[in-house]
Amino acid sequence: MSIELSMRVEDKLFNNRYLVDTGRPHIKVRPHPKPSPQLLSMLKVCPARCYELNEQGQVEATVDGCIECGTCRVICEESGDIEWSYPRGGYGVLFKFG
Amino acid sequence: MIEEKFDAIVVGAGMAGNAAALTMAEGGMKVLQLERGEYSGSKNVQGAILYADMLEKLVPDFREDAPLERHLVEQRFWMMDDRAHTGLHYRSEDFNEEKPNRYTIIRAQFDKWFSQKVREAGATVLCETTVTDLARDSHGKVIGVRTDRRDGEIHADIVVLAEGVNGMLGTRAGLRERPQPEKVALAVKEMHFLPREIIEARFNLKGDEGVVIEAVGTISRGMTGMGFIYANKECISLGIGCLVADFQRTGETPYGLLDRFKRHPSVAPLIEGSEVKEYSAHLIPEGGFKAIPELYGKGWVVIGDAAQLNNTIHREGSNLAMTSGRIAAEAILQIKSRNQPMTPQNLALYKKMLDESFVIKDLRKYKDMPALMHTRSQNFFLTYPQLVSKAMQNFLRVDGTPKIEKEKLTLRSFTKARSRRGLFGDAFRLVRAWR
Ligand SMILES: Cc1cc2nc3c(=O)[nH]c(=O)nc-3n(C[C@H](O)[C@H](O)[C@H](O)COP(=O)(O)OP(=O)(O)OC[C@H]3O[C@@H](n4cnc5c(N)ncnc54)[C@H](O)[C@@H]3O)c2cc1C
Ligand code: SF4
Repeated sequence: MSIELSMRVEDKLFNNRYLVDTGRPHIKVRPHPKPSPQLLSMLKVCPARCYELNEQGQVEATVDGCIECGTCRVICEESGDIEWSYPRGGYGVLFKFG
Repeated sequence: MIEEKFDAIVVGAGMAGNAAALTMAEGGMKVLQLERGEYSGSKNVQGAILYADMLEKLVPDFREDAPLERHLVEQRFWMMDDRAHTGLHYRSEDFNEEKPNRYTIIRAQFDKWFSQKVREAGATVLCETTVTDLARDSHGKVIGVRTDRRDGEIHADIVVLAEGVNGMLGTRAGLRERPQPEKVALAVKEMHFLPREIIEARFNLKGDEGVVIEAVGTISRGMTGMGFIYANKECISLGIGCLVADFQRTGETPYGLLDRFKRHPSVAPLIEGSEVKEYSAHLIPEGGFKAIPELYGKGWVVIGDAAQLNNTIHREGSNLAMTSGRIAAEAILQIKSRNQPMTPQNLALYKKMLDESFVIKDLRKYKDMPALMHTRSQNFFLTYPQLVSKAMQNFLRVDGTPKIEKEKLTLRSFTKARSRRGLFGDAFRLVRAWR
């Protein structure tokens, strides 16, 4: 059975509607030589898998698929690892059902 | 810039904001409501069970045109291990009453309807507008808001913060703390579509009857959490949520948890062949009574999830949001009718009225639950469900072992896993927190 396949978050996000605010990401990761434990935990905890490790071993965020749950804010804002805000009014995810 | 001044600005058009805006507009106040989504509901996620009583107090004839899915005739509670579930079901024909008590809803659609009622009552509703800051005067009194729409401020006598669990304005302004990983749960959810006859057959329903299933056990991998399956007319809402701190600690992924829940042999047949049309996630306030922040101040009040008014033990939130919104609005109307200013002294009326309502009484009752569930999550969400399941199987399997020996075995498996003292301690703590 395609256990791995059914777990692909990208496929899940594909069903959602988004209005992406191109060039104005609402979440920014502070540049860091080495990621903090909080940042590292986001690789797994973000439900839209927006956080990934780059080749230099740093955590990057691509927030086009963000479902605006705020979990990364709860975990990483206090330590200054990220700058978090809501997308501009009208942008971001648009739930039809919610 | 909007030059005119409003009597009240409501930030957010969720359950709490809509209730407050509706009540104040009906009371004759000049209300501006701001919502960042394309429409009310486009950013909101819920299970979702709607409690009729709290809505009836706001829109008495809501059953005539609100987008309701199914009225609930049955509640199932499942304790799960990896291959089985032990269930408690309550079903009653009494729930097929003329004015049913609980319904399933689809939040995005329900909120749109609710928002229409707010407009009809005369409030100005501005969507696609994110409020970025609170505006204050030199004495620190909140006098309005700033938005990302145009430069400048919009002013009002009172700002009602209904921005939900992840509220940024209140925390940015230092009115309350940012949600903490131990005090919020992260829930992920999918909408599974199926023809209505199939849903009715699988859940044993006729017409608009509905069922909800709440599930705990090994599905949350020892974390404090719960799964849910709610039957709507033509779709099934299915999701699971656990404390953010637990996700952080265990490194479990939310979508991994959801997929395991879906593949569980008790769940998979219910959603087989369905088409998934949406995947969403949202936080739920879990801190309970002890996490409730200051509810009012100079020129502001906070309502709903933003104020942590959420009863996670009973899976109630939207009704507390609606009720706190209505009560805040009623308090504001009273103060205004006496031509008094929106000072903390006067706004204390909101807290007084809320304290007398079920909202605070219920939350106070369970004030020790969040801490208990958190510190004992391994026992409550992993060990006990496994033990119960083993005991049930042992009890039901007919294999020639005398019953007395079976009982001894079961008891031994419990005491081995938790020790008599541990079991007693957990039970004692649970009863104390429940009281
Ligand atoms: C998975 C899940 C299942 C649930 N199940 C149930 C259930 O079955 N029954 C139940 O009663 N409760 C349930 N709840 C809880 C319930 O959803 C909440 O308690 C309720 O929605 C809170 O209402 P609210 O108005 O306070 O916040 P929300 O409904 O979250 O509304 C906040 C609004 O404010 C807007 N907003 C936020 N910030 C800004 C800003 N800066 N500018 C402009 N707008 C802003 C948001 O877009 C949103 O529309 C569930 C919650 C979840 C996540
Ligand atoms: S808000 Fe939620 S979905 Fe968006 S990046 Fe943060 S954790 Fe991921």
